[in-house]
This record gives sequence, C-alpha cells and structure tokens, in this order.
Amino acid sequence: MRLRFTPVMALLGFIFLYGPIASLVIYSFNESKLVTVWGGWSLKWYGELFANQQIMDAAWLSLRIAAISASAAVVLGTMMAMVLVRFGRVRGKGLMSGMITGPLVMPDVIIGLSLLLLFVSMQGLIGWPSGRGFTTILIAHITFGMAFVAVVVQSRLSDMDDSIEEAALDLGASPLRVFFDITLPMITPALISGWLLAFTLSLDDLVISSFVSGPGASTLPMVIFSKVRLGVSPDINALASLIVLVVSIGIITAAILMRKKP
Amino acid sequence: MSEHILAAEAKPWRDEMAKPFVRIRGISKFFGDLAAVDDVSLDIYRGELFCLLGGSGCGKSTLLRILAGFETPSAGSIEIDGQDMTGVGANLRPTNMMFQSYALFPHMSVEKNIAYGLLREGVSKSEAMSRTADMLSLVKLDGFARRKPHQLSGGQKQRVALARSLIKQPKLLLLDEPLGALDKKLREETQFELIRIQEDLGVTFIVVTHDQEEAMTLSTRIGVMDAGRIVQVGEPRQIYETPNSKFVADFIGSVNIFDGEVDVAAPDMMRVNTAEGAILCEPLAGLKARQKLHIAVRPERIQLSRAPLELANSMPGMVEEVAYLGNLSIYRVRLEGGQCLKVSAANGLHEENPITWDEPVFVGWSSTASLVLIA
Amino acid sequence: MSGGGKWGRRLVIAVPNIWLILFFMVPFLVVLKISLSEPRIAIPPYAPLWDWVNGALEFNINFDNYAYMWEDSLYINAYLSSLKIAAISTLLALFIGYPMAYYIARSPEPRRSILLLLVVLPFWTSFLLRVYAWIGILKTKGVLNEALLWLGIIDEPLIIMQTNVAVYIGIVYTYLPFLILPLYANLVKLDDTLLEASYDLGASRISSFFRITLPLSMPGIIAGSMLVFIPVIGEYVIPALLGGLNISKTATGRWLRRWRW
Repeated sequence: MRLRFTPVMALLGFIFLYGPIASLVIYSFNESKLVTVWGGWSLKWYGELFANQQIMDAAWLSLRIAAISASAAVVLGTMMAMVLVRFGRVRGKGLMSGMITGPLVMPDVIIGLSLLLLFVSMQGLIGWPSGRGFTTILIAHITFGMAFVAVVVQSRLSDMDDSIEEAALDLGASPLRVFFDITLPMITPALISGWLLAFTLSLDDLVISSFVSGPGASTLPMVIFSKVRLGVSPDINALASLIVLVVSIGIITAAILMRKKP
Repeated sequence: MSEHILAAEAKPWRDEMAKPFVRIRGISKFFGDLAAVDDVSLDIYRGELFCLLGGSGCGKSTLLRILAGFETPSAGSIEIDGQDMTGVGANLRPTNMMFQSYALFPHMSVEKNIAYGLLREGVSKSEAMSRTADMLSLVKLDGFARRKPHQLSGGQKQRVALARSLIKQPKLLLLDEPLGALDKKLREETQFELIRIQEDLGVTFIVVTHDQEEAMTLSTRIGVMDAGRIVQVGEPRQIYETPNSKFVADFIGSVNIFDGEVDVAAPDMMRVNTAEGAILCEPLAGLKARQKLHIAVRPERIQLSRAPLELANSMPGMVEEVAYLGNLSIYRVRLEGGQCLKVSAANGLHEENPITWDEPVFVGWSSTASLVLIA
Repeated sequence: MSGGGKWGRRLVIAVPNIWLILFFMVPFLVVLKISLSEPRIAIPPYAPLWDWVNGALEFNINFDNYAYMWEDSLYINAYLSSLKIAAISTLLALFIGYPMAYYIARSPEPRRSILLLLVVLPFWTSFLLRVYAWIGILKTKGVLNEALLWLGIIDEPLIIMQTNVAVYIGIVYTYLPFLILPLYANLVKLDDTLLEASYDLGASRISSFFRITLPLSMPGIIAGSMLVFIPVIGEYVIPALLGGLNISKTATGRWLRRWRW
C-alpha cells in the first residue's frame, strides 16, 4: 500500500495533539516521584491531590466562579445578541457591537490591568469593592464571558429564519411571550455551548484573574502556575488526568445527545 | 357560514357605492433612499381573493408585511374593516399571515402549532383542541396531529401553515407565495384546494405571488406591481386582454410588441407606422398623429398561412423555428423588417403537410387583436 | 414592535450595555488616561491628567510614556521579538494544521465528526495543564530525551526547555485547534466537482491542489492565521513556563514589569 501524504501528516498531527496528554495521564499513575523513572503503577498521587487543601480550595473557588460567571454571562450575552440581531434600528448599534467584540480581541493583560486600575480607583472613590477577591474575579469573568456568549448566540440568531418569530407575533403573542415560547427553545443549543465556553474560559483564565484577585483568593490556574514554575509535580499530573477524564466524558455524552436530537 | 356572498360572483369592485374592506391610502416605505413601496392606494373588498403580482423586488412582499404590521410604513394609512391600523402591533391586528417559508415552530407538534394562536387568545385548552381537530380535517391532515414539522412533506407543511393561519378566523389572511415551495404538479392541485377553502370560510385573502399563471387561476382581481407601484388593478381577464402598459402586457403571458407612431387616427380606424410597415388597430380616444406608442399582439391571436390572409393586418415572413408542444406548436417567424414574431397555433389531428422550417409564410391578425399601449 | 413592550425593550438594551461601559469601556479609558499622565513615585504613581488651578482647568498631558517606549531599544526589541514569535508560530501551525484540516474535511461521516471532536477536545481541558505537559516531555531528563537516548539517536540530552524552540512548540500546540476549525469550515464547503473537473481536464492531483484547493481555501487560511497570530502577540503564560528566562524578551513581559508598582 502506498503511503499518502495527507493521512500521514494528519496522523502525526493527532499524535502531536494527544502525545502530551497521554504522557500526563500515564505518569499520573507512576509510583516514583521522578518523571523519567517508572516505579510501577500507583494511585498515590491521586490521594495526595485530594489531601492538598490548597489545591482543593482553589478548585472549589474556581468552580464556583466559573459556574456563576458563565450563568450571568449567558443572560447578559443573550440580551446583547438579541439587541444586535433582533431589535431592528437601535441608536448606537455600531458602538455596541464594537464593545461586545472588544473583550475578544483585547489581550488578557490589558483587560486584567485596566480592570485592576478601575477597581483600585473605585475603591478610592466610593469604597467599593473593598479589597479584591471573589467579587472582582467574578466581574472580570462575566465581562469576557458575555462577549463569547454574545458571539455564539448572535450567529445562531442570524441563522434562524426570523419569520418563525414573526409568525408567533402574528398569532397574537406579545414580544416577551414570543421570546420565551419560540426564540428561547430554538437557541437553547447555542445557550448551552455559550455557557460551556464561558465556563471553560473562566476555569482556564490565569492572566486576568492574577490581576484582579487579592490575597486569599487564588484560583486553580493561579495555584497550578505557581507550583509548575517550581518544576514538575506528580499530583498536578493526577489533576490533569481527572480534568481530561471529566471533559472527555462530557464532550462524548454531548456528542451522542446531539446526534440523537437533530 | 352559508350567508357570506362570494366576491367572485358579486364583483363588488364594479359597484362604485360598495364599501371596501381593506383601504390602503398612499402607503410608502423607504429603506434608506430606496422606495420599496411607492405611494400605493388600493381598495380590497370582503371575500375577495386578491393577488399582488410582480417580479422579485417589486415591493409586493413589503406591502404585505406592512399590512401584517411587521413593517411600519413611512407614509400613508391602512384601514381594515373600518378600523385604522396605524400604531397597532402585529400581535393585535385582525390579520394572520401564511409565510413563504411556512415558519412552522420546529419544536412544537402539528397540533400545538395550529392551536398556538387560540391559546394566546385565551381560549380554553379543550376548545382549542377541538377547533384544531376541525381545522386538521379541513386541510385533510387528520392523523398528523402529533407529528413534528420535520416529519412532514413540503405539501403537508404548507397545509399546516395554512391551518395555523386560519384557526383564529382572521378577517384578513395574508399569504406570501403560498405555493412557491411546492413542485409544479402539487402546486396546480393546491391552487384549487386554496380556492375551495377560501370560499368555504369566506375569509378575505391577499396573496403575493410572482407566478402569473397562479395569479390568473386564484384571484378575483390582480394588482400588478413594478418598482414599488401598482401599475394595474383588474380582473384576470381584463389584465390579460386589455393591459394598460407595455410592462403589464409583457409580464402577463407572452406577447409580440411593435414600436411605432400614429399615422392616421380616424374615428373608425387607426393606422400605426412601424418598422414592419403599417399596422391597423381599433381607434383610441385622444390620440393624434405622430404620437409614439406600442402595439402588442398575443401569439395565439396571430394566424399563420401559406397564402396571404384576408385580415386587417397581413405580412409575409419566414419560419425560423418550430417547437412542437403537443396540443399546440410555437412558431418563430422572421418578418421582412427583421423583427421576430412568436405565433402559436393549435395542432389538428393527423395534420397533413404542416408548416415547417424555412417556409415562406404569411402572418395575419384582426385590428381588434392589436392592443394599443401608450406607456 | 408594539408600544406595550417599550420599557421592556429599553431594559434589555440598557442592562448589558451598562455592564460593558462600566467594566470594559471605563477601565480602558482609565488606562488611556494614565498612559498620558506624568509618572510619580507616589500612590497613585501618576500625576492627575487635569486639575483646577486658580479656577481654570489645566491639562497636564504627557506623551513621555510613549516617547520612552520608542526611545528604549529594549522595548522596541521586545515588540519585534513578539511579532517574530507570533509570525513563525503561525506559519508552523499552518504547516501542521492544513493537512489535518484537509484530511478531516475529505473524510466520510462519521469519521469526520469524530476527528473534529478530537481536534476540539483538548481545547476544553485546561490550557495551563497542556502547556505543563510539555515541561515533562521537553526537559533535560524528560520523556523525549530519554526516548531518544534509549533509541541511540543522540548521545547526550538536547537542551530544548527555556529556548525559543520550546516556546514555538508550546504555542503551536495550544493554538492549533484555532487554526484547524476555520480552515476545516472552509475546506468542507469546497465543491468536489471542481476537483473532478480539474482531473478531467488533465491536471494531476498535486497541481489541482495548488491551482484549485489552495486558492479557494485562502479565506480559511487567513481567518485561521489571524486567530493564531493576534492572541499569540500578547501571549504571556507559554513563554513564562517554557521559555524561562527569555520571558523578558517578549513585549508582554516587559510591559508587566513596568506596570507592577
């Protein structure tokens, strides 16, 4: 059989994508602390991971921030998408669509820094927020999360035949009723993927959180970053393997569900 | 239900005293600088099946959407059954619309789609369901109540959309290209189905279509639109036989057009000079010599013969092409002045020695078959 | 829409916009303001941009910060270095990603969906941990070196960590899905009959690729490249973890140092 260029390149590409992940998973079961020395199979790093209070606290904080910020981002982002796609003529629409894409193209460092400066000045002026931590990280994550949700929902709305909503209006439903009866059920897939996107980005964010967080509020990426800078540590391998497991199960279930329902 | 008078028989538009059901007065709609609808005034009577006919972009759909309340007109007013519709939202108008894409709610069953309008009106669930069942049998879809829209064929979707738009017994039903998405055979069957339902329920229909054959079959009257304006309103026969402009003559059916100017305008006869020589036609009041105009002749009004014809107009020519269509044949005859005429003639059974390619022939038509068009 | 929903409509417009103005526009203007102010060693570490002096509004606009940026060769070098890293990574990602996108787009269902899922899946796992995985592979006593030594391909370990090579690997690895997805979306729409027409007219596979597929996929190539190039310019974490000391060379690194007061 003749080897063809594209399949070989594609295979190498997938090895490149999954090699590092595979090595993380394999070494998470390594008895030895040294990466290169295989000391036999063991679950001890998983035990250490769960015993590490710092990591567990950070993970709990990150999950709470991600869930709340993603939910708020879905509400705000959907409102923004409705205004941009369905509200007809609104004054200042150009500015609005510029503002909503801003957080997507602005480097994390600038978003983080500018929010930090805002929070510092606000604290000086009105005494709120007093100190930085959970609330300020939440605000930052809602801001960039809503931009991603708006983009996803916007594209779903503009693909959707708007005469379906007009038909409901024509049959006597009020605009609010039309939104809840027709629009919402039809954009649900976009809302779910927007939520997941905002959730993942929040869970993954290091740079912005580092700027706007204060003492005592370290998110999971912040803890991982400080640990990783000191070198490889096997309990991080265990954490990574758990994340890969959860994400894979989630994505595969989602894919199967999507296939069943057209 | 039986007391309503069929507008198709009563022809209320012929009576100057009749009260119109829908009054459109000076409606315009601008998108930026572009006038999608340009100063349209129109009266439509109760029980009519009125067709707005025109090419794409002529403004017919925009006019329909203004009637439904989806677009706010830039100028003008609309009155439905004596009520001014200015400022009334689409959800509060006594109209319903059937959309070109059908716009069925994809996440609801057929039954829920149809009942949606009644439930918004506050009708009880049990009544809504029994009226939905009646409606399903009217459109011959009993047994499909629980299906989802994606499980239906195109023709079935079309009937669900119709049922949904009729369930609230609107005073006025607006239909945007109702048969546009169906294939030719189904479209022909559905045309008559649509007329049957309209006559049964006595609802006034306004139908938008680009298909002139469909407009001719369906309507009591047709309004031909071009570039945002209504160019002619009339019964199908009027529109076909006495078009008021070159545009209408050309748009409805097939036609041969001669450009010319008036030579002699006598009280009993008029002669027009064209590139193909003089053409005789019926006189038209108010025309003077040298006035430029067009003469339109329908292909089926032209006779074809090997010998000169004893008709008001007779010209020699050469057959360039013959298309055999079964019941009739279409000939393309090149005249001496260079113009090509389309002539259609019915085919006889076992016709011996029919006229064929490259034969010198004569074409002829009566003076009444020459339609004089000034615009 | 009907008049009844007027207030509801205003509310829907107002809420997300107020949020964005408060937490996106205003902070951005604050940064702009500070960048135009004179630095001071105090809290806050900059002079006010305007002030009431003897009843008159006095502006104190200062472009020194911008001038400083252009005068200091370290800054300019840092910017150039960021651009160079972004450009090279984009090209490398394109070289690896194009065949993958092409292969996926040409695959029959259901293989296509599965492969696409495999491209997207790493994106949903932690970005930081995927970069971290490379440390274990690339370091002097890491997986790669041990394997190569064992195979006898090299005699002594390669030094990859804390070089630009490690940074390129990390960036290409992280941003590859962003390049593949738009490219795939473009390639999958490519009409098969165009290629068939090209073969039919006597072109070989390779020349059909370069004359038909490649030019038609240009919009996808551009979109994908932009999705890699733009965020990579501002990338901080990957050079910090894999590039080690070289971090100070990137614009973001310099910048961070200057703003930490």
